[in-house]
Amino acid sequence: MASLNPIVKFSAVSKRYGDGPVVLADLNLELAAGEFVSFIGPSGCGKSTVLKLVAGLNPTTQGQVSVAGTTPRQARDRQAFIFQDATLLPWLTTQHNVELPLKLRGDPVAARVAQAREMLSLVGLDQVRDYYPRQLSGGMKMRASLARALTLAPQLLLLDEPFGALDEMTRFRLNEELLALRTKTPFSALFVTHSVAEAVFLSNRIIVMTANPGRFHAEVSVEFPYPRQAELRELPGFLAKVTEVTRLLHLVEGASRA
Amino acid sequence: MKKKSSVSVWLLPIITGLIFVACWYSLRLWFHVSEWLLPMPHEIIATMVKEHSRLLAAAGYTAWGALGGFLLAAMTGFLISLLLGRSLPLRRSLYPWLLVLQMTPVIVLTPIIVMWPLIGPGLPGIITITWLISFFPIVVNTTQGLLSTDMNHVALFRMCHASRWQEMIYLRVPAAMPFYLAGLRIAATLAPIGAIFGEYMVGNSGGGSGGLGYLVYSYNTQIKIPALFATGLTSCLLGFVFVAAVSLLNWAVLHKWHDSFEREDH
Repeated sequence: MASLNPIVKFSAVSKRYGDGPVVLADLNLELAAGEFVSFIGPSGCGKSTVLKLVAGLNPTTQGQVSVAGTTPRQARDRQAFIFQDATLLPWLTTQHNVELPLKLRGDPVAARVAQAREMLSLVGLDQVRDYYPRQLSGGMKMRASLARALTLAPQLLLLDEPFGALDEMTRFRLNEELLALRTKTPFSALFVTHSVAEAVFLSNRIIVMTANPGRFHAEVSVEFPYPRQAELRELPGFLAKVTEVTRLLHLVEGASRA
Repeated sequence: MKKKSSVSVWLLPIITGLIFVACWYSLRLWFHVSEWLLPMPHEIIATMVKEHSRLLAAAGYTAWGALGGFLLAAMTGFLISLLLGRSLPLRRSLYPWLLVLQMTPVIVLTPIIVMWPLIGPGLPGIITITWLISFFPIVVNTTQGLLSTDMNHVALFRMCHASRWQEMIYLRVPAAMPFYLAGLRIAATLAPIGAIFGEYMVGNSGGGSGGLGYLVYSYNTQIKIPALFATGLTSCLLGFVFVAAVSLLNWAVLHKWHDSFEREDH
Protein backbone atom coordinates (compact mmCIF):
# COMPACT_ATOMS: atom_id res chain seq x y z
CA MET A 1 0.00 0.00 0.00
CA ALA A 2 1.99 2.95 -1.27
CA SER A 3 0.73 6.32 -0.23
CA LEU A 4 2.06 9.79 -0.85
CA ASN A 5 2.54 10.75 2.77
CA PRO A 6 2.95 7.63 4.87
CA ILE A 7 2.85 8.37 8.60
CA VAL A 8 5.38 5.62 9.25
CA LYS A 9 7.90 4.30 6.79
CA PHE A 10 10.48 1.52 7.32
CA SER A 11 13.17 1.36 4.63
CA ALA A 12 15.41 -1.73 4.87
CA VAL A 13 15.55 -1.50 8.66
CA SER A 14 17.75 -3.84 10.70
CA LYS A 15 18.40 -3.83 14.41
CA ARG A 16 20.86 -5.55 16.69
CA TYR A 17 21.86 -4.68 20.22
CA GLY A 18 25.63 -4.23 20.40
CA ASP A 19 27.35 -7.41 19.23
CA GLY A 20 24.29 -9.53 19.91
CA PRO A 21 22.29 -11.45 17.33
CA VAL A 22 20.31 -9.58 14.69
CA VAL A 23 16.89 -8.87 16.22
CA LEU A 24 15.18 -7.39 13.18
CA ALA A 25 16.27 -7.87 9.58
CA ASP A 26 15.38 -5.94 6.46
CA LEU A 27 12.00 -4.54 7.40
CA ASN A 28 10.02 -2.54 4.86
CA LEU A 29 6.67 -1.04 5.68
CA GLU A 30 4.49 1.91 4.89
CA LEU A 31 1.66 2.93 7.14
CA ALA A 32 -0.85 5.35 5.61
CA ALA A 33 -2.63 7.83 7.84
CA GLY A 34 -5.71 6.29 9.39
CA GLU A 35 -4.47 2.71 9.18
CA PHE A 36 -4.53 0.24 12.06
CA VAL A 37 -1.78 -2.33 11.66
CA SER A 38 -1.13 -5.21 14.06
CA PHE A 39 2.05 -7.21 14.48
CA ILE A 40 1.75 -10.79 15.54
CA GLY A 41 4.37 -13.51 15.79
CA PRO A 42 6.21 -15.94 18.06
CA SER A 43 7.69 -14.47 21.23
CA GLY A 44 11.16 -13.10 20.67
CA CYS A 45 10.39 -12.02 17.09
CA GLY A 46 11.08 -8.38 17.94
CA LYS A 47 7.51 -7.05 17.77
CA SER A 48 8.06 -4.69 20.68
CA THR A 49 11.37 -3.54 19.25
CA VAL A 50 9.55 -2.45 16.09
CA LEU A 51 7.45 -0.09 18.19
CA LYS A 52 10.49 1.20 20.08
CA LEU A 53 12.17 2.07 16.79
CA VAL A 54 9.12 4.07 15.75
CA ALA A 55 9.03 5.81 19.14
CA GLY A 56 12.70 6.70 18.84
CA LEU A 57 13.39 4.91 22.12
CA ASN A 58 15.93 2.74 20.28
CA PRO A 59 18.01 3.69 17.23
CA THR A 60 18.08 1.51 14.13
CA THR A 61 21.29 -0.31 13.25
CA GLN A 62 20.74 -0.09 9.50
CA GLY A 63 18.13 1.49 7.32
CA GLN A 64 15.74 4.22 8.22
CA VAL A 65 12.52 4.70 10.10
CA SER A 66 10.67 7.90 9.34
CA VAL A 67 7.59 9.14 11.14
CA ALA A 68 5.44 11.81 9.51
CA GLY A 69 8.29 12.56 7.14
CA THR A 70 10.84 13.20 9.86
CA THR A 71 12.92 11.24 12.40
CA PRO A 72 11.17 9.30 15.14
CA ARG A 73 12.62 11.57 17.83
CA GLN A 74 11.47 14.74 16.12
CA ALA A 75 8.03 13.25 15.60
CA ARG A 76 7.49 12.42 19.27
CA ASP A 77 4.86 15.13 19.59
CA ARG A 78 2.74 13.25 17.12
CA GLN A 79 2.86 9.86 18.80
CA ALA A 80 2.04 8.24 22.10
CA PHE A 81 3.18 4.91 23.49
CA ILE A 82 1.00 2.53 25.47
CA PHE A 83 2.82 -0.14 27.44
CA GLN A 84 1.67 -3.57 28.50
CA ASP A 85 1.35 -2.53 32.11
CA ALA A 86 -0.50 0.76 32.30
CA THR A 87 2.62 2.58 33.63
CA LEU A 88 0.52 4.98 35.68
CA LEU A 89 2.54 6.77 38.32
CA PRO A 90 1.34 5.16 41.58
CA TRP A 91 1.66 8.38 43.59
CA LEU A 92 -0.67 10.37 41.35
CA THR A 93 -4.46 10.18 41.20
CA THR A 94 -6.05 9.09 37.95
CA GLN A 95 -6.79 12.72 37.10
CA HIS A 96 -3.19 13.80 37.73
CA ASN A 97 -1.84 10.83 35.78
CA VAL A 98 -3.85 11.85 32.75
CA GLU A 99 -2.71 15.45 33.17
CA LEU A 100 0.95 14.45 33.27
CA PRO A 101 1.85 14.79 29.56
CA LEU A 102 0.20 18.21 29.49
CA LYS A 103 2.02 19.24 32.65
CA LEU A 104 5.36 18.15 31.20
CA ARG A 105 4.56 20.17 28.10
CA GLY A 106 3.95 23.22 30.28
CA ASP A 107 0.22 23.69 29.71
CA PRO A 108 -1.52 26.03 32.18
CA VAL A 109 -3.30 24.30 35.06
CA ALA A 110 -6.86 25.18 34.09
CA ALA A 111 -6.42 23.96 30.52
CA ARG A 112 -4.86 20.66 31.50
CA VAL A 113 -7.42 19.95 34.21
CA ALA A 114 -10.24 20.49 31.73
CA GLN A 115 -8.54 18.45 29.02
CA ALA A 116 -7.83 15.53 31.36
CA ARG A 117 -11.44 15.56 32.61
CA GLU A 118 -12.69 15.39 29.08
CA MET A 119 -10.43 12.46 28.24
CA LEU A 120 -11.43 10.63 31.40
CA SER A 121 -15.10 10.96 30.64
CA LEU A 122 -14.38 9.77 27.10
CA VAL A 123 -13.01 6.50 28.51
CA GLY A 124 -15.74 6.33 31.17
CA LEU A 125 -13.63 7.01 34.24
CA ASP A 126 -15.37 10.14 35.62
CA GLN A 127 -16.24 8.29 38.82
CA VAL A 128 -12.67 7.38 39.72
CA ARG A 129 -10.83 10.61 38.93
CA ASP A 130 -9.51 10.92 42.48
CA TYR A 131 -8.59 7.25 42.89
CA TYR A 132 -4.99 6.15 43.01
CA PRO A 133 -3.87 3.49 40.50
CA ARG A 134 -3.79 0.71 43.08
CA GLN A 135 -7.51 1.27 43.66
CA LEU A 136 -8.31 0.66 39.98
CA SER A 137 -8.99 -2.65 38.25
CA GLY A 138 -6.73 -3.78 35.41
CA GLY A 139 -9.23 -2.61 32.80
CA MET A 140 -9.62 0.80 34.45
CA LYS A 141 -5.86 1.25 34.61
CA MET A 142 -5.60 0.56 30.91
CA ARG A 143 -8.43 3.02 30.17
CA ALA A 144 -6.60 5.66 32.19
CA SER A 145 -3.45 4.88 30.24
CA LEU A 146 -5.38 5.32 26.98
CA ALA A 147 -6.81 8.61 28.21
CA ARG A 148 -3.32 9.80 29.11
CA ALA A 149 -1.99 8.85 25.67
CA LEU A 150 -4.84 10.63 23.92
CA THR A 151 -4.54 13.94 25.84
CA LEU A 152 -1.89 15.09 23.40
CA ALA A 153 -4.13 14.18 20.44
CA PRO A 154 -1.45 12.02 18.80
CA GLN A 155 -1.63 11.14 15.12
CA LEU A 156 -0.03 7.80 15.83
CA LEU A 157 -0.61 5.44 18.73
CA LEU A 158 1.93 2.71 19.50
CA LEU A 159 0.41 -0.07 21.57
CA ASP A 160 2.64 -2.81 22.99
CA GLU A 161 0.34 -5.67 24.05
CA PRO A 162 -1.81 -3.24 26.02
CA PHE A 163 -4.56 -5.73 26.85
CA GLY A 164 -2.36 -8.81 27.31
CA ALA A 165 -2.80 -8.96 31.07
CA LEU A 166 -6.58 -8.58 31.05
CA ASP A 167 -9.27 -11.24 31.15
CA GLU A 168 -11.01 -12.07 27.89
CA MET A 169 -14.24 -10.17 28.52
CA THR A 170 -12.43 -6.99 29.55
CA ARG A 171 -10.14 -7.35 26.57
CA PHE A 172 -13.08 -7.60 24.17
CA ARG A 173 -14.73 -4.58 25.72
CA LEU A 174 -11.54 -2.52 25.54
CA ASN A 175 -11.04 -3.55 21.90
CA GLU A 176 -14.46 -2.12 21.13
CA GLU A 177 -13.76 1.01 23.14
CA LEU A 178 -10.43 1.54 21.40
CA LEU A 179 -12.15 1.53 18.01
CA ALA A 180 -14.90 3.80 19.32
CA LEU A 181 -12.26 6.26 20.55
CA ARG A 182 -10.82 6.36 17.06
CA THR A 183 -14.07 7.75 15.69
CA LYS A 184 -13.88 10.60 18.21
CA THR A 185 -10.16 11.36 18.07
CA PRO A 186 -8.76 9.81 14.88
CA PHE A 187 -5.33 8.22 15.10
CA SER A 188 -3.30 5.68 13.20
CA ALA A 189 -2.11 2.72 15.21
CA LEU A 190 0.66 0.16 15.38
CA PHE A 191 -0.48 -2.63 17.65
CA VAL A 192 1.53 -5.54 19.04
CA THR A 193 -0.44 -8.53 20.30
CA HIS A 194 -0.42 -12.26 20.92
CA SER A 195 -4.12 -12.60 20.27
CA VAL A 196 -5.20 -13.36 16.72
CA ALA A 197 -8.85 -12.52 17.42
CA GLU A 198 -7.83 -9.15 18.81
CA ALA A 199 -5.66 -8.40 15.77
CA VAL A 200 -8.43 -9.35 13.34
CA PHE A 201 -11.03 -7.32 15.21
CA LEU A 202 -8.94 -4.16 15.37
CA SER A 203 -6.77 -3.98 12.28
CA ASN A 204 -7.10 -3.33 8.61
CA ARG A 205 -3.77 -5.09 8.11
CA ILE A 206 -2.02 -7.78 10.11
CA ILE A 207 1.69 -8.44 9.73
CA VAL A 208 2.83 -11.91 10.73
CA MET A 209 6.45 -11.98 11.87
CA THR A 210 9.06 -14.73 12.07
CA ALA A 211 11.73 -14.92 14.75
CA ASN A 212 15.56 -15.18 14.74
CA PRO A 213 15.90 -12.72 13.16
CA GLY A 214 12.58 -10.93 13.20
CA ARG A 215 11.19 -10.42 9.71
CA PHE A 216 7.86 -9.45 8.24
CA HIS A 217 6.75 -12.82 6.92
CA ALA A 218 3.28 -12.26 5.58
CA GLU A 219 0.65 -9.61 5.43
CA VAL A 220 -3.07 -10.20 5.76
CA SER A 221 -5.55 -7.47 5.00
CA VAL A 222 -8.77 -7.39 6.97
CA GLU A 223 -11.48 -5.69 4.97
CA PHE A 224 -14.38 -5.41 7.40
CA PRO A 225 -15.52 -1.78 7.32
CA TYR A 226 -15.18 0.48 10.34
CA PRO A 227 -16.89 1.22 12.68
CA ARG A 228 -16.79 -2.38 13.82
CA GLN A 229 -19.13 -3.64 16.52
CA ALA A 230 -18.96 -6.58 18.91
CA GLU A 231 -21.24 -8.61 16.62
CA LEU A 232 -18.44 -8.77 14.05
CA ARG A 233 -16.83 -11.50 16.13
CA GLU A 234 -19.76 -13.83 15.37
CA LEU A 235 -19.69 -13.50 11.58
CA PRO A 236 -18.37 -16.46 9.57
CA GLY A 237 -16.06 -14.11 7.67
CA PHE A 238 -14.45 -13.06 10.95
CA LEU A 239 -13.87 -16.63 12.04
CA ALA A 240 -12.43 -17.47 8.63
CA LYS A 241 -9.98 -14.58 8.97
CA VAL A 242 -8.96 -15.72 12.44
CA THR A 243 -8.36 -19.22 11.07
CA GLU A 244 -6.29 -17.85 8.19
CA VAL A 245 -4.03 -15.82 10.48
CA THR A 246 -3.77 -18.62 13.03
CA ARG A 247 -2.66 -20.99 10.30
CA LEU A 248 0.02 -18.56 9.17
CA LEU A 249 1.16 -18.16 12.76
CA HIS A 250 1.47 -21.93 13.25
CA LEU A 251 3.48 -22.17 10.06
CA VAL A 252 5.83 -19.45 11.27
CA GLU A 253 6.19 -20.91 14.76
CA GLY A 254 6.94 -24.34 13.32
CA ALA A 255 9.58 -22.83 11.06
CA SER A 256 11.30 -20.84 13.79
CA ARG A 257 11.34 -23.82 16.13
CA ALA A 258 13.02 -26.01 13.52
CA MET B 1 -10.02 -9.98 60.01
CA LYS B 2 -8.92 -6.48 60.89
CA LYS B 3 -9.78 -7.01 64.59
CA LYS B 4 -7.83 -10.22 64.82
CA SER B 5 -4.64 -8.75 63.38
CA SER B 6 -4.77 -5.61 65.54
CA VAL B 7 -5.25 -7.66 68.71
CA SER B 8 -2.19 -9.77 67.93
CA VAL B 9 -0.24 -6.59 67.12
CA TRP B 10 -0.65 -5.50 70.73
CA LEU B 11 -0.99 -8.78 72.55
CA LEU B 12 2.02 -10.69 71.24
CA PRO B 13 4.69 -8.12 72.15
CA ILE B 14 3.09 -7.64 75.58
CA ILE B 15 3.32 -11.38 76.24
CA THR B 16 6.97 -11.41 75.16
CA GLY B 17 7.64 -8.44 77.43
CA LEU B 18 6.00 -10.16 80.43
CA ILE B 19 8.06 -13.30 79.87
CA PHE B 20 11.20 -11.17 79.71
CA VAL B 21 10.37 -9.38 83.00
CA ALA B 22 9.61 -12.71 84.66
CA CYS B 23 13.04 -14.04 83.61
CA TRP B 24 14.59 -10.86 84.99
CA TYR B 25 12.97 -11.33 88.42
CA SER B 26 13.84 -15.01 88.50
CA LEU B 27 17.53 -14.18 87.96
CA ARG B 28 17.45 -12.11 91.15
CA LEU B 29 15.17 -14.39 93.22
CA TRP B 30 16.41 -17.85 92.22
CA PHE B 31 19.96 -17.31 91.04
CA HIS B 32 20.78 -14.61 93.58
CA VAL B 33 22.43 -12.21 91.16
CA SER B 34 23.50 -9.34 93.37
CA GLU B 35 21.43 -6.21 93.65
CA TRP B 36 24.00 -3.73 92.30
CA LEU B 37 24.61 -5.86 89.19
CA LEU B 38 20.99 -6.28 88.24
CA PRO B 39 18.43 -4.01 89.86
CA MET B 40 14.85 -5.26 89.72
CA PRO B 41 12.52 -3.64 87.19
CA HIS B 42 10.43 -1.97 89.91
CA GLU B 43 13.60 -0.51 91.46
CA ILE B 44 14.50 0.98 88.10
CA ILE B 45 11.03 2.46 87.74
CA ALA B 46 11.30 3.86 91.25
CA THR B 47 14.65 5.47 90.41
CA MET B 48 13.11 6.88 87.24
CA VAL B 49 10.37 8.48 89.30
CA LYS B 50 12.82 9.78 91.90
CA GLU B 51 15.26 11.19 89.33
CA HIS B 52 12.56 12.20 86.88
CA SER B 53 13.35 15.91 86.77
CA ARG B 54 17.03 15.24 86.03
CA LEU B 55 16.23 12.55 83.48
CA LEU B 56 13.61 14.66 81.79
CA ALA B 57 15.89 17.68 81.50
CA ALA B 58 18.68 15.46 80.16
CA ALA B 59 16.34 13.78 77.66
CA GLY B 60 15.20 17.21 76.50
CA TYR B 61 18.78 18.30 75.96
CA THR B 62 19.63 15.11 74.11
CA ALA B 63 16.49 15.43 71.99
CA TRP B 64 17.74 18.78 70.65
CA GLY B 65 21.09 17.31 69.66
CA ALA B 66 19.50 14.26 68.12
CA LEU B 67 16.87 16.30 66.28
CA GLY B 68 19.45 18.77 64.98
CA GLY B 69 21.72 16.00 63.71
CA PHE B 70 18.80 14.05 62.29
CA LEU B 71 17.36 17.01 60.37
CA LEU B 72 20.79 17.93 59.07
CA ALA B 73 21.28 14.32 57.94
CA ALA B 74 17.81 14.23 56.36
CA MET B 75 18.60 17.36 54.33
CA THR B 76 22.21 16.71 53.37
CA GLY B 77 21.50 13.01 52.78
CA PHE B 78 18.78 13.92 50.32
CA LEU B 79 20.93 16.49 48.50
CA ILE B 80 23.94 14.18 48.29
CA SER B 81 21.67 11.46 46.91
CA LEU B 82 20.37 13.82 44.24
CA LEU B 83 23.96 14.43 43.16
CA LEU B 84 24.78 10.73 43.20
CA GLY B 85 21.57 9.76 41.42
CA ARG B 86 22.03 12.44 38.82
CA SER B 87 25.27 11.32 37.21
CA LEU B 88 27.44 8.24 37.02
CA PRO B 89 30.77 10.16 37.09
CA LEU B 90 29.71 11.96 40.27
CA ARG B 91 28.64 8.66 41.80
CA ARG B 92 31.97 7.09 40.93
CA SER B 93 33.95 10.04 42.30
CA LEU B 94 32.07 10.49 45.56
CA TYR B 95 30.83 7.10 46.69
CA PRO B 96 34.17 5.56 47.76
CA TRP B 97 34.91 8.64 49.87
CA LEU B 98 31.53 8.50 51.53
CA LEU B 99 32.38 4.91 52.40
CA VAL B 100 35.72 6.03 53.82
CA LEU B 101 33.90 8.57 56.00
CA GLN B 102 31.44 5.94 57.15
CA MET B 103 34.12 3.32 57.85
CA THR B 104 36.16 5.65 60.03
CA PRO B 105 34.93 5.05 63.58
CA VAL B 106 33.20 8.12 64.95
CA ILE B 107 35.00 7.51 68.24
CA VAL B 108 38.22 8.48 66.46
CA LEU B 109 36.70 11.57 64.91
CA THR B 110 34.97 12.85 68.04
CA PRO B 111 37.98 14.31 69.87
CA ILE B 112 39.02 15.97 66.60
CA ILE B 113 35.59 17.43 65.89
CA VAL B 114 35.40 18.88 69.38
CA MET B 115 38.61 20.83 68.76
CA TRP B 116 37.44 22.30 65.47
CA PRO B 117 36.66 25.99 65.35
CA LEU B 118 32.97 26.88 64.92
CA ILE B 119 31.96 23.40 66.11
CA GLY B 120 33.71 22.69 69.36
CA PRO B 121 32.10 21.00 72.37
CA GLY B 122 28.47 21.55 73.26
CA LEU B 123 25.45 21.32 70.99
CA PRO B 124 27.24 22.00 67.63
CA GLY B 125 29.70 19.17 68.33
CA ILE B 126 26.91 16.80 69.33
CA ILE B 127 24.90 17.67 66.22
CA THR B 128 27.95 17.03 64.03
CA ILE B 129 28.53 13.63 65.60
CA THR B 130 24.85 12.71 65.28
CA TRP B 131 24.91 13.77 61.64
CA LEU B 132 28.00 11.66 60.95
CA ILE B 133 26.35 8.59 62.40
CA SER B 134 22.95 8.96 60.75
CA PHE B 135 23.38 10.38 57.25
CA PHE B 136 24.90 7.35 55.54
CA PRO B 137 21.86 5.03 55.51
CA ILE B 138 19.81 7.89 54.08
CA VAL B 139 22.26 8.38 51.23
CA VAL B 140 22.54 4.67 50.41
CA ASN B 141 18.79 4.12 50.41
CA THR B 142 17.81 7.26 48.55
CA THR B 143 20.44 6.84 45.83
CA GLN B 144 19.25 3.28 45.32
CA GLY B 145 15.70 4.59 45.04
CA LEU B 146 16.61 7.27 42.50
CA LEU B 147 18.28 4.62 40.35
CA SER B 148 15.48 2.04 40.62
CA THR B 149 12.90 3.89 38.57
CA ASP B 150 10.76 1.73 36.31
CA MET B 151 12.25 1.81 32.80
CA ASN B 152 8.83 2.13 31.17
CA HIS B 153 8.14 5.21 33.30
CA VAL B 154 11.41 6.69 32.06
CA ALA B 155 10.41 5.85 28.47
CA LEU B 156 7.05 7.54 29.06
CA PHE B 157 8.81 10.70 30.23
CA ARG B 158 11.17 10.61 27.25
CA MET B 159 8.19 10.26 24.90
CA CYS B 160 6.72 13.38 26.52
CA HIS B 161 9.91 15.38 25.90
CA ALA B 162 10.50 15.67 29.63
CA SER B 163 13.71 17.47 30.56
CA ARG B 164 16.14 15.72 32.93
CA TRP B 165 15.04 18.17 35.57
CA GLN B 166 11.37 17.23 35.10
CA GLU B 167 12.31 13.56 35.09
CA MET B 168 14.08 14.09 38.43
CA ILE B 169 11.36 15.99 40.28
CA TYR B 170 8.24 14.39 38.80
CA LEU B 171 9.50 10.83 38.44
CA ARG B 172 12.69 9.85 40.21
CA VAL B 173 12.20 11.75 43.45
CA PRO B 174 8.63 10.54 44.11
CA ALA B 175 9.63 7.00 43.09
CA ALA B 176 12.52 7.20 45.59
CA MET B 177 10.29 8.40 48.47
CA PRO B 178 9.72 4.94 50.00
CA PHE B 179 13.50 4.39 49.92
CA TYR B 180 14.20 7.82 51.43
CA LEU B 181 11.71 7.18 54.22
CA ALA B 182 13.24 3.77 54.92
CA GLY B 183 16.60 5.56 55.22
CA LEU B 184 15.07 8.13 57.56
CA ARG B 185 13.70 5.34 59.72
CA ILE B 186 17.16 3.83 60.18
CA ALA B 187 18.56 7.31 60.81
CA ALA B 188 15.86 7.92 63.43
CA THR B 189 17.07 4.93 65.44
CA LEU B 190 20.68 6.08 65.09
CA ALA B 191 20.22 9.78 65.87
CA PRO B 192 19.52 9.51 69.65
CA ILE B 193 22.35 6.99 69.96
CA GLY B 194 24.62 9.41 68.12
CA ALA B 195 23.63 12.29 70.36
CA ILE B 196 24.11 10.29 73.56
CA PHE B 197 27.46 9.05 72.37
CA GLY B 198 28.43 12.60 71.46
CA GLU B 199 27.44 13.88 74.89
CA TYR B 200 29.37 11.10 76.55
CA MET B 201 32.49 12.06 74.63
CA VAL B 202 32.04 15.81 74.70
CA GLY B 203 31.15 15.55 78.36
CA ASN B 204 34.66 14.24 78.90
CA SER B 205 36.06 17.23 77.08
CA GLY B 206 34.57 19.50 79.66
CA GLY B 207 31.86 21.20 77.64
CA GLY B 208 29.03 18.75 78.22
CA SER B 209 26.04 20.06 80.05
CA GLY B 210 22.94 18.02 80.79
CA GLY B 211 22.30 15.33 78.18
CA LEU B 212 21.62 11.63 78.76
CA GLY B 213 25.16 10.84 77.60
CA TYR B 214 26.52 13.11 80.29
CA LEU B 215 24.24 11.45 82.87
CA VAL B 216 25.63 8.05 81.85
CA TYR B 217 29.11 9.39 82.48
CA SER B 218 28.21 10.91 85.79
CA TYR B 219 26.13 7.97 87.16
CA ASN B 220 28.86 5.61 86.04
CA THR B 221 31.55 7.39 88.02
CA GLN B 222 29.24 7.36 91.05
CA ILE B 223 28.39 3.67 90.47
CA LYS B 224 24.67 4.41 90.59
CA ILE B 225 23.59 1.28 88.75
CA PRO B 226 19.76 1.59 88.98
CA ALA B 227 20.11 5.19 87.75
CA LEU B 228 22.17 3.95 84.80
CA PHE B 229 19.41 1.48 83.93
CA ALA B 230 16.88 4.29 84.28
CA THR B 231 18.94 6.41 81.89
CA GLY B 232 19.04 3.52 79.43
CA LEU B 233 15.28 3.17 79.59
CA THR B 234 14.83 6.91 79.07
CA SER B 235 17.13 6.81 76.02
CA CYS B 236 15.09 3.94 74.65
CA LEU B 237 11.88 5.94 75.07
CA LEU B 238 13.48 8.90 73.30
CA GLY B 239 14.45 6.60 70.43
CA PHE B 240 10.85 5.40 70.21
CA VAL B 241 9.63 8.99 69.93
CA PHE B 242 11.96 9.53 66.97
CA VAL B 243 10.95 6.32 65.22
CA ALA B 244 7.28 7.04 65.86
CA ALA B 245 7.64 10.49 64.32
CA VAL B 246 9.25 9.06 61.18
CA SER B 247 6.64 6.29 60.99
CA LEU B 248 3.97 8.98 61.09
CA LEU B 249 5.71 10.85 58.29
CA ASN B 250 6.02 7.60 56.36
CA TRP B 251 2.29 7.01 56.74
CA ALA B 252 1.44 10.58 55.75
CA VAL B 253 3.50 10.42 52.56
CA LEU B 254 2.80 6.87 51.42
CA HIS B 255 -0.50 5.54 52.75
CA LYS B 256 -2.60 6.78 49.85
CA TRP B 257 -0.66 5.19 47.06
CA HIS B 258 2.07 2.80 48.20
CA ASP B 259 1.56 -0.96 48.19
CA SER B 260 3.02 -1.28 51.68
CA PHE B 261 -0.23 0.27 52.92
CA GLU B 262 -2.48 -2.00 50.84
CA ARG B 263 -5.53 -2.98 52.86
CA GLU B 264 -5.18 -6.51 54.18
CA ASP B 265 -8.80 -7.48 53.74
CA HIS B 266 -8.62 -9.69 50.69
